[in-house]
Amino acid sequence: MITQALLRALDKKAIWLVAILLALAVAVPAANLLIPAGQPGHVPTYIVTLFGKYLTYAMLALALDLVWGYCGILSLGHGAFFALGGYAMGMYLMRQIGTRGVYAHPTLPDFMVFLNWRELPWYWQGFDQFWFACLMIVLVPGLLAFVFGFFAFRSRVTGVYLSIITQAMTFALLLAFFRNDMGFGGNNGLTDFKDILGQPVQAATTRGALFAASAIALALSVLVCSMIVNSKLGKVMVAVRDAESRTRFLGYRVEYVKLFAFTVSAIMAGIAGALYVPQVGIINPGEFEPANSIEVVIWTAVGGRGTIVGPIIGAVLVNMGKSYFTGALPELWLFALGALFIFVTLFLPKGIVGLLGQWRDMTARREQAPAAPPPPAQAAVAAERGEDPATLGDVQPKPAE
Amino acid sequence: MRPTRSLRLIFACLGLALALLAGPARAQDIPGLIQSMGEASLRELGGIVEELAATGDSAVAPALEALAEGDLYVNEADGRVVIVTRNRMYDPVTQEEIGPAADADLSRIRINNSLRRDVAAAIGGLTLMSDNPSVRLSAARSMRANPSEENLALLDEALAAETDATVRGAMETAHAVTVLSLADTSIEDKRAAVPVVAQNAGREAITILNSALGSAPDALAADIRSAIAGLEQERAIWAALQNVWFGVSLGSVLLLAAIGLAITFGVMGVINMAHGEMVMLGAYTTFVVQDVIRRNAPELFDYSLAIALPLAFLITALIGIAIERGVIRWLYGRALETLLATWGLSLILQQTVRSIFGPTNRQVGNPSWMSGSFEFYGLAITWNRFWIVIFAIAVFAALLVVLNRTSLGLQMRAVTQNRRMASAMGIRTPFVDAMTFGLGSGIAGLAGVALSQIDNVSPNLGQGYIIDSFMVVVFGGVGNLWGTLVGALTLGVANKFLEPYAGAVLGKILILVLIILFIQRRPRGLFALKGRAVES
Amino acid sequence: MNKAQDTMLYLDGVSVAFDGFKALNNLSIIVRPAEMLAIIGPNGAGKTTMMDIITGKTRPDAGDVYFDGRTDLTRLDEAAIANLGIGRKFQKPTVFESQTVWDNLEMALKKPRGIFRTLFYSASGEDIARIEDILDTVRLADRRDDLAADLSHGQKQWLEIGMLLAQDPKLLLVDEPVAGMTDAETVETARLLKEIAETRSVVVVEHDMSFVRDLATRVVCLAEGSVLAEGTLDQVSANPIVIERYLGR
Repeated sequence: MITQALLRALDKKAIWLVAILLALAVAVPAANLLIPAGQPGHVPTYIVTLFGKYLTYAMLALALDLVWGYCGILSLGHGAFFALGGYAMGMYLMRQIGTRGVYAHPTLPDFMVFLNWRELPWYWQGFDQFWFACLMIVLVPGLLAFVFGFFAFRSRVTGVYLSIITQAMTFALLLAFFRNDMGFGGNNGLTDFKDILGQPVQAATTRGALFAASAIALALSVLVCSMIVNSKLGKVMVAVRDAESRTRFLGYRVEYVKLFAFTVSAIMAGIAGALYVPQVGIINPGEFEPANSIEVVIWTAVGGRGTIVGPIIGAVLVNMGKSYFTGALPELWLFALGALFIFVTLFLPKGIVGLLGQWRDMTARREQAPAAPPPPAQAAVAAERGEDPATLGDVQPKPAE
Repeated sequence: MRPTRSLRLIFACLGLALALLAGPARAQDIPGLIQSMGEASLRELGGIVEELAATGDSAVAPALEALAEGDLYVNEADGRVVIVTRNRMYDPVTQEEIGPAADADLSRIRINNSLRRDVAAAIGGLTLMSDNPSVRLSAARSMRANPSEENLALLDEALAAETDATVRGAMETAHAVTVLSLADTSIEDKRAAVPVVAQNAGREAITILNSALGSAPDALAADIRSAIAGLEQERAIWAALQNVWFGVSLGSVLLLAAIGLAITFGVMGVINMAHGEMVMLGAYTTFVVQDVIRRNAPELFDYSLAIALPLAFLITALIGIAIERGVIRWLYGRALETLLATWGLSLILQQTVRSIFGPTNRQVGNPSWMSGSFEFYGLAITWNRFWIVIFAIAVFAALLVVLNRTSLGLQMRAVTQNRRMASAMGIRTPFVDAMTFGLGSGIAGLAGVALSQIDNVSPNLGQGYIIDSFMVVVFGGVGNLWGTLVGALTLGVANKFLEPYAGAVLGKILILVLIILFIQRRPRGLFALKGRAVES
Repeated sequence: MNKAQDTMLYLDGVSVAFDGFKALNNLSIIVRPAEMLAIIGPNGAGKTTMMDIITGKTRPDAGDVYFDGRTDLTRLDEAAIANLGIGRKFQKPTVFESQTVWDNLEMALKKPRGIFRTLFYSASGEDIARIEDILDTVRLADRRDDLAADLSHGQKQWLEIGMLLAQDPKLLLVDEPVAGMTDAETVETARLLKEIAETRSVVVVEHDMSFVRDLATRVVCLAEGSVLAEGTLDQVSANPIVIERYLGR
């Protein structure tokens, strides 16, 4: 049964995507480490790190797509799961500093010594072990999503209500993590990392390894998502997205379907955050900013939601744009981002992937039947009505269902 | 020219007023006694003060007060004793002006501290017997502030004769405070004094009782403790009321910020993420208006808010209509996409303002009538908060009128309840949508004008309010203004009550958690529309 | 409870009000096993609200609702009620438009609804045969891989009936099944429903009188939330109150 599900995950698109990601996982670090600087084909370390970061973003966008694109839950708080995973990794990295901190305290991180803490709080115990940190990276975002989702979905909070509540959730966590007495470094967060698994974080080899890990994690996420969306459960998820109450009358527990998608997605986001932190070298409460979470939504929308490859393309493209703008024209970045939000929602409801699909359909049709009148394709009908089929479920303005 | 303008000499002036009222002095040797102070030694001076006090005539009070203040001089030219204030000489008894002090050769009549106490007691006794109730009142109060043994007899004497209830109360309080403060009064007296102090001594009562507690024997200590407990309870009630006021004040701010949002959400099912930016634009409108006024017509500054209000409403309403026509119109039925597009708009608006006005806070001043504070019983209320509460109520009332009494309001309510049916009835829903959005945005602009008075005006102003506003809408329910009102006030008061226990940040988190739990029970908020039309 | 025995659906004294408006007013209806009941009545008579109550979408303010003589439906939610064996076809055809006809039926097929059972489900030969069988019944075999959105209105109605069949329910609630169908399709639908009613209970709400006549079964006329008249179609349509309140003239 499970093997069948796994086989189903490997449809043609997913195989290609996984293959490309695995190839990147090998090729990019190799091009960085084996080809000497200055020679053609060499990839500088900063590029490795930058694209490693993009890959974690892509994973976050993919996680969001699982709930938004396939299940219709627009989470404006996915940054929170990302940040929680990041904090769990950050706590491990802080414990690895050991006596090399400014205050050279054997167990307490610098900020705790600075704040006159006497001993390590209970929730920092165990984070010196990598396996424990890994467990927490999965468990903490997963558990939060499960509890939060259980309450939210059980009471049938949907649509914009749910979006706002998720935003409030990440906002509450933002406020909490800003507090010094929470024991997570307050405003400054966790930084000045030294080692990961005994290797210096800054070293080119570690960077390469982290890039490879990110690429592999993304490939695995693609597999997991592909398996889910190609299963009958994936079809039920889409059914929930399109006509929630109808699905309920078929006997499916809509709240559990959503809860499953939400929790899996949160775990993916947490893992992405954990891979993100050692590459950028810092995690602070700013990651909980509601604005960050909404930005993730636009990556997904740009690439094309409801597809596996879309969010990955969107995350990488938008972030390349962001890196360019914030470097060259910092004033204009927010204009560009704002315009992107409007443009995509107005003109690209299916994102780049949808656009490519349309273009391919059109050329294929022209080749196949140049004389025949084009059949009333669903996309065209939908375009006429000014709506896209993905949202047919909420054609009527309805604040809550 | 009377010495009334000298603030230091309040007692002197009270005495003067009394002297003027009292008419001719009863005791004939008063001028002589006063004159004799000119040559007296310190020891003799004490005797003269006693004698003056013994006259029981309040006419001697000004001279004694001057003595205590060091304003009593001897004019070396003619040996006459005079009061000098503001460089002019006055007769110590009649208070008539004698002439400028500058060209006279004056020597001050010096006293020491123990004498000064005697003088103060003498004045207290004299003024306590004054014919003028307000003089008696202030004398009693001053005795309360400076308890001493001599005062007890004076107060007993005065109480026996006192008829004015207010003055009597003050004297009783002074008596009780004195009894409690002194070591050698009897326990019975002290026990009797405790409730008097507790009831009448106001804010200092707890301090007075606490200092009396230190030396009190057990029997008394119990009384004092229970009195303190009672007072603290009373104080807690006032503190709670003060908290309610803070909560109402915060609630009114939330109401202003949320009510426009509630309208657009209720009528159009659209979450306007740029709503906070409309608030911000309203605040910047105020800044620009004030800037223009400062440069061109500073005398109009007190009217700056009155000018800014209609301007802010117009500007934000027009921007709102433009947004509706330009963007939101194309996204009907796609609430989530609308949310994203308006978020994009909010980024653009923020960055625009940042480019024009800079990223830092802008100074928006309070007009004079918005500055300062006043006391209302035990509550300290700042004027700007007070006016904002009034303003929020006014906006709310105006909206109620618009929604319930105008045809636009009728159409808006119709569209809220059943868009399709309203459309079928011939209501131009696109027009209603545009107007609704304009109205909601305009109200956000008004909120911005109000918020500019209590918050920093920066491009991020709106962001600070947007989540709280959404919480109000979610909590209060959609399609009902009263829900928004109750939601805003509840959240405001709850916030302020949680703050002392949990701290501002944790309080806020708690509120968020409570709201999430609340929607478990009522997913559509407090005041939700019911029926099949809403669900389908 | 005793009264509910030997019934498939038992409604007694059911009332529900929305903001003061009484949508159902002391409604009592009984449906026996393997029986078809047609419900007619003017708009706003409470037909859809009655279905909402049976399927758990709306909770009644008062009254008893029992399924299969023993299960209290007022305590269960939509999914639980659906899994008991109550299928519902909506007034407005509601199929999953962005999915294929086949997927629509596969989701409706009576199978375990648990999350992980669904995740690791793969169609057995038996399941495939069953779906193909239903596809033939509802005449959509040649459109199995088309998106449901591309079907005509009547075909969507058929697909939804097909989904009902796939659910294999004991009780079917069918709301205006022939709206938008051609006459031939209407006749065919009546034949299909009668066939279904040989083994299951069926409640049909319909305005189309000729269709109701084709069903040739017991008829209940609702008005203002309670039963106005009951009997054969001829009896009901001869009832003077029904003529005045519903049929007109």
